[in-house]
Amino acid sequence: MATLWFAIVALMLVIYTVLDGFDLGAGTVHWLVGRTPEERRLVLRSIGPVWDGNEVWLLAAGGTLYFAFPPLYAASFSGFYLPLIMVLWLLMLRGISIEIRAHVDEPIWYAFYDFLFALSGALLSIFLGAALGNVIRGVPLNGDGYFFLPLWTTFRVTGSVGILDWYTVLVGVMSFVTLASHGAYWLALKTEEPLRGRARQIAAVLWWAVALLTVVGLVATVWVRPAVLDHYSRPGAGWLIPALVVAALAGMAFYRARGRDLAAFLASSLYIAGMLGGVAFAMYPTLLASNIDPSFSLTLANSAAGAYGLRVGIMWWVVGVLLAAGYFTYVYWSFRSRVSASGEGVY
Amino acid sequence: MNLFDAAFWSRFQFGFTLTYHYLFPQLTMGLALLLVVMKGIALRTGDRRYDEAARFWGRIFGINFAFGVVTGIPMEFQFGTNWAAFSKFAGGVIGQTLAMEGMFAFFLESSFLGLFLYGERRLGRVGHWVSSLLVFLGSWLSGYFIVATDAWMQHPVAYTTLPDGSVQLSSFRALLTNPWALWQYAHTMSGAAITGAVVMAGVGAFYLLTGRAVEHGRLFLKVGVIAGCLFSLLQLFPTGDGQGRLIAEHQPTTLAAMEALFNTAPGAPLVLIGQPNMAERQLDNPILVPGVLSFLTYRRWGATVQGLDAFPPSSWPDNIPLLYYAYHIMVGLGTIMLAVLLVAVFLLWRGALARTRWMLWLLMLLIPFPYIANTAGWMTAEIGRQPWVVYGLMRTAQGFSPEVSAGNGLFTLLGFMGMYTVLTVVFLFLVRREIEHGPAAASTAAAH
Ligand code: HDD
Ligand code: HEM
Ligand code: HEM
Repeated sequence: MATLWFAIVALMLVIYTVLDGFDLGAGTVHWLVGRTPEERRLVLRSIGPVWDGNEVWLLAAGGTLYFAFPPLYAASFSGFYLPLIMVLWLLMLRGISIEIRAHVDEPIWYAFYDFLFALSGALLSIFLGAALGNVIRGVPLNGDGYFFLPLWTTFRVTGSVGILDWYTVLVGVMSFVTLASHGAYWLALKTEEPLRGRARQIAAVLWWAVALLTVVGLVATVWVRPAVLDHYSRPGAGWLIPALVVAALAGMAFYRARGRDLAAFLASSLYIAGMLGGVAFAMYPTLLASNIDPSFSLTLANSAAGAYGLRVGIMWWVVGVLLAAGYFTYVYWSFRSRVSASGEGVY
Repeated sequence: MNLFDAAFWSRFQFGFTLTYHYLFPQLTMGLALLLVVMKGIALRTGDRRYDEAARFWGRIFGINFAFGVVTGIPMEFQFGTNWAAFSKFAGGVIGQTLAMEGMFAFFLESSFLGLFLYGERRLGRVGHWVSSLLVFLGSWLSGYFIVATDAWMQHPVAYTTLPDGSVQLSSFRALLTNPWALWQYAHTMSGAAITGAVVMAGVGAFYLLTGRAVEHGRLFLKVGVIAGCLFSLLQLFPTGDGQGRLIAEHQPTTLAAMEALFNTAPGAPLVLIGQPNMAERQLDNPILVPGVLSFLTYRRWGATVQGLDAFPPSSWPDNIPLLYYAYHIMVGLGTIMLAVLLVAVFLLWRGALARTRWMLWLLMLLIPFPYIANTAGWMTAEIGRQPWVVYGLMRTAQGFSPEVSAGNGLFTLLGFMGMYTVLTVVFLFLVRREIEHGPAAASTAAAH
């Protein structure tokens, strides 16, 4: 049962990253793809009706994490206190900049919210990546199940570490580049020329960065936490995930070159799912590793909520996720066409 | 308790961010209901003015909703950042309601809001009404799950305690039908409907007083005054009364502190005005109505109500004067609003409301009242629960995050305060613009 909930939380986080990832990425490349206020408005229109729903996956994943693994929620959210609150601030700025921009017809008003939108998108992708880096590297969990990390210390990955060290910054950069390219694929899919051409150009350049960082990131991860390889070296499904990632990378380049925007975007989604799925697969059954003493680590066994609660939860979760899938299909279908300057829309 | 330790800042921050957040959902939930009603009327009677009114309020709703969303996001995570020990202790139970809120309410709301705000032409009249209904459903469901969470903290049910000290769910049904949750939900939602109605009536009164958008102004007044009067009655009885009797039964200390009843007495009086004096343990300058408190709590004029002296001071709420004032402000403002709205409905019935300038002034000036009453109501509930974070099970002092220092708590509190100051300015600016442009502009904008 706990394993199932581990898979569910991981799945929800993957969905969040794939969906909200393109919102954040669209923010990051906002200024490059849209050159005039009118063009930038189109970027916002392409995500306007869906961004809030996408973000709800993060809230729902957070709630589900709380529900299934209370000690993990307690330890990680209080331990990552400062960066987490900064993420909250950035999420607030991002939401406000999307929703408020269109309300006043003034060039300096647009300029300000466009800047805020781009800045919060870029910083959020870095922060979320750095958070993942921390989880992979491990944190100083003590015997009571808590820790607290300062923002930075010496930037080394051993000893008294901080949130930011060379490894977590590297993962942050990876996330930044990956989501920026993801956003570019989305915009290529949702806009018309000249935005579409610019977005595809950006995606083409970023492809090399993504591919390079995938290799560098992998090497660094194995160096920082050799245990990640354990699951992969055993016979079984271990080769599937790397194969998926490579195929997705190839697909991104292949379909983009042929102008198949939807296929290229899906390949980029698959790449993100593969990378995150690979991390979850490597971590299982540890949820948060302690770098003080492995026996302090939070695992499925010592963190799962009561069996009755988890059983009831499965029933409503399945109903809830089916409903959500229904809403999302309907909303994405309703807004399926490319956005154009003449089209309907308020953003 | 040391005022400036980490626990203090955690409480301050949580209370501050929540109180701020709740300023937005109360209007969202109230307007969502009124929008469904107005669009329903337009659909049945074909009266275009109701469609135009719904478009105007839809725009205000959209702005308000955006601010509610961005201020709600931090709340979901502050249970973990600021109340880690509490989360670890209670997550096995309230994780259920919080996770369900995301799965059932937020997905519904956020998916259909876009369609409601921007899809009127695409969806057609019936489809658009359905989308408003789904947004209403989402926001009211969200209210239920969060209130059920708070109700469990007020009155824990459906749990078993494990050897490691944490609590785990033992009955899903009992958690969702906690009697406290049902009463609290009814009272909270009715309070939100009052906010929506009073704001609508107040804006209508403003339009009539300034002589613009007179046609729509009358309509806002009518809908707002009728709904406001209805929900003000419900607020008092049965919902407020029901809440009070639950408190008398399960939180007698809270009741005594809310009423500043220092000494146990038969035929306890209801306090209208007076200042609690904690040093002398008495109420200064009191104006009392004898016997009423006893009657309200036990339905007998002579019944004995336990005063604070019946309980050890360590179990008293830690800020009795604030609790007392919060409670009396809520009840006082509720009574004033009800009185004004009753007269307004009478004038409406006589066909004189739109001409009665003093009443229009009153209605316009009433706008802040429901916000204050709702905030004061939550302060009553939350401060009244002290010194417990989960009543009878966990003290607030044991619930906060052990590793977060006072300095970090203050840093993030100041950040939130700065951010919210800016948000307030932007919000007021945008809403003022919408009201300035008026209902006619909202309808032409929607036609683009
Ligand atoms: C427009 C807002 C409003 C108005 C006019 C009133 N209330 Fe209220 N009240 C609320 C809005 C509210 C609330 C915000 O919805 C609260 C906070 C927590 C809750 O359950 O509802 C609340 C709580 C609350 C509580 C519970 C406090 C606790 O849990 O410790 C009681 C006993 C009452 N109310 C009683 C009343 C009575 C007798 C009223 C008579 C006029 C009244 N309220 C008016
Ligand atoms: C919008 C309505 C609410 C308002 C205005 C509100 C306000 C407050 C305030 C002022 C405090 C500080 C109390 C003190 O320190 O003495 C507080 C504390 C708290 N509230 Fe609420 N609250 C609201 C709803 C909720 C809900 C729905 C929950 C739970 C789901 C909740 C959970 C808590 C917790 C965990 C604390 C910290 C512990 C404590 O100090 O009591 N509150 N709230
Ligand atoms: C600790 C308590 C609370 C938490 C964790 C919380 C969390 C949230 C979150 C995350 C959102 C944004 C949802 C989105 O992205 O669509 C939100 C909005 C909302 N919340 Fe809260 N909230 C709390 C208190 C309350 C209370 C007390 C109520 C009502 C009784 C309430 C009612 C709503 C509603 C109706 C919305 C929809 C958006 C809006 O109205 O502006 N919330 N809340």
